[in-house]
Amino acid sequence: MNVMQRAGASAPLEIRISDKTYAGADGNAVQAVKGLDLSCPGQTCTALVGPSGCGKTTILRIVAGLDAKFSGEVTLADAPIEEARIGFIFQEPTLLPWRTVEDNIRLAAPDLSARALASLLDQAEIADKASRFPGELSLGLARRVSIVRAIAAKPDLLLLDEPFVSLDEATAKTLRMLVARILDDHAVTALLVTHDLREAVELADQIVTLTARPARAKSVRQISTPRAKRTAAFRKKLLGQIDRDAKSR
Amino acid sequence: MSKSAPTSPLIYQLLSIVGGLAIWFVAAKLTASPLLPGPVQVVGFIREAMISGEMPYHMAMTLGRVAASFVIAMALGLAIGLAMGQSQLTDRIGDPWLIFFLNTPALVIIIMAYVWFGLTEAAAIGAVALNKIPNVAVTVREGARTLDPHLDDLARIYRLSKIERLRQVVLPQLQPFFAAAARSGISLIWKIVLVVELLGRSNGVGFQLYLYFQLFDVTAILGYTLVFVALMIAIEVFMVQPYERYATRWRIRSA
Ligand SMILES: Nc1ncnc2c1ncn2[C@@H]1O[C@H](COP(=O)(O)OP(=O)(O)OP(=O)(O)O)[C@@H](O)[C@H]1O
Ligand SMILES: [Mg+2]
Repeated sequence: MNVMQRAGASAPLEIRISDKTYAGADGNAVQAVKGLDLSCPGQTCTALVGPSGCGKTTILRIVAGLDAKFSGEVTLADAPIEEARIGFIFQEPTLLPWRTVEDNIRLAAPDLSARALASLLDQAEIADKASRFPGELSLGLARRVSIVRAIAAKPDLLLLDEPFVSLDEATAKTLRMLVARILDDHAVTALLVTHDLREAVELADQIVTLTARPARAKSVRQISTPRAKRTAAFRKKLLGQIDRDAKSR
Repeated sequence: MSKSAPTSPLIYQLLSIVGGLAIWFVAAKLTASPLLPGPVQVVGFIREAMISGEMPYHMAMTLGRVAASFVIAMALGLAIGLAMGQSQLTDRIGDPWLIFFLNTPALVIIIMAYVWFGLTEAAAIGAVALNKIPNVAVTVREGARTLDPHLDDLARIYRLSKIERLRQVVLPQLQPFFAAAARSGISLIWKIVLVVELLGRSNGVGFQLYLYFQLFDVTAILGYTLVFVALMIAIEVFMVQPYERYATRWRIRSA
């Protein structure tokens, strides 16, 4: 599938955040985002790459409609974001400890059929964990549950907040493959937040690098090569280009 | 509940109880006074009162009042504690009143309830509940202040209804606090219920105790006391503890 064709399939996610300032507890305000203006083509994945603490989670929470205290506007397909169905893969897995894996997923998607649930669990390789409680799961497994939960309700917009952080490389790799498959199979617009550019060149159709706090776009680059065809050499070249883009600003 | 030596944890408790009974038995024999009846007489009274139906009737009246005021106190205490824990404004407005009622003697609340609302069942139950509500509210407020904001985000993202949010997200987080309030609640409430009955009701264990006190019938007083304490312990063991085990099963199973 070609990126340009897919982009035409639905209207884009538009993010305009002119200012987001937290009123600090002790009176010192923290400006987290300033003058961010982004357009993410429909049904593609945009990666936001920025250093730790630059304001990535802040941006995602605003896009999700969880934080309305900012100046600017977020729309999906020209409609206010509040009307969109959203899947959010939080930085922490954020499962309800008192509900089983299956019940955690059903909380987000009450109408999910047993077959659909089984197939999702299968894709994430956690079919045998359906009746476990989150306290019994490793971080990698809990992240899988969180990913399944986010896509179970067939969201219009999928938000991923560093979904592979603090995992061992092997687990991170399987989860990246899981997310890649989801992005290919489900017609969803995705926003992936990460501090690791290598994740971005593997998964995203558009990569936006961010400045240190307050977050602002430093460089934007489209990738038209499909995910499956990105060789190691291709990704390495891309990394170099994005590095240069960012520096030349 | 502490689990002591792995050998036979119950043996010491049993010995302790038997020892206590023995001392009671001997002391009663030695004093040979109607003011200290022995275990045999007390059990004899209990049997008679059970057979005549007197004891079950008054016991049931008291239990009904305990249950009613417990439910009211827990529900209102939960609502108040939750509101105060989540909103600073509510907390500021409510706090002086919470402190006021926490420090008002139970007896004062009971008397005022009877004076203002008459010697009615509603006044009795209301007075007991009002005595307990501040404790529940304070405990729940502590819990409500520590609610996980991430779980709140979760509830909003997945569009949980208010009821669902309360049931699936908020109440489970408050469960340990709620359980603590319930535990101390039952023991406080049944003590106050007896006072309420003594002052303004014509049935119930409190009323009976007062009656037998006027008759100086210590056997009957001890008989009622023993059965009532046994009943409360039974409720704790067979209702409160199993419920808690159920409510925290996910925690027990987790590593
Ligand atoms: N609720 C808040 N109140 C005050 N300041 C906040 C709040 N949330 C975040 N901040 C501040 O805003 C800045 C951006 O935070 P944010 O969590 O968005 O960064 P991030 O890029 O996601 O960081 P990380 O890589 O560590 O996840 C940080 O300096 C943080 O301290
Ligand atoms: Mg973050």
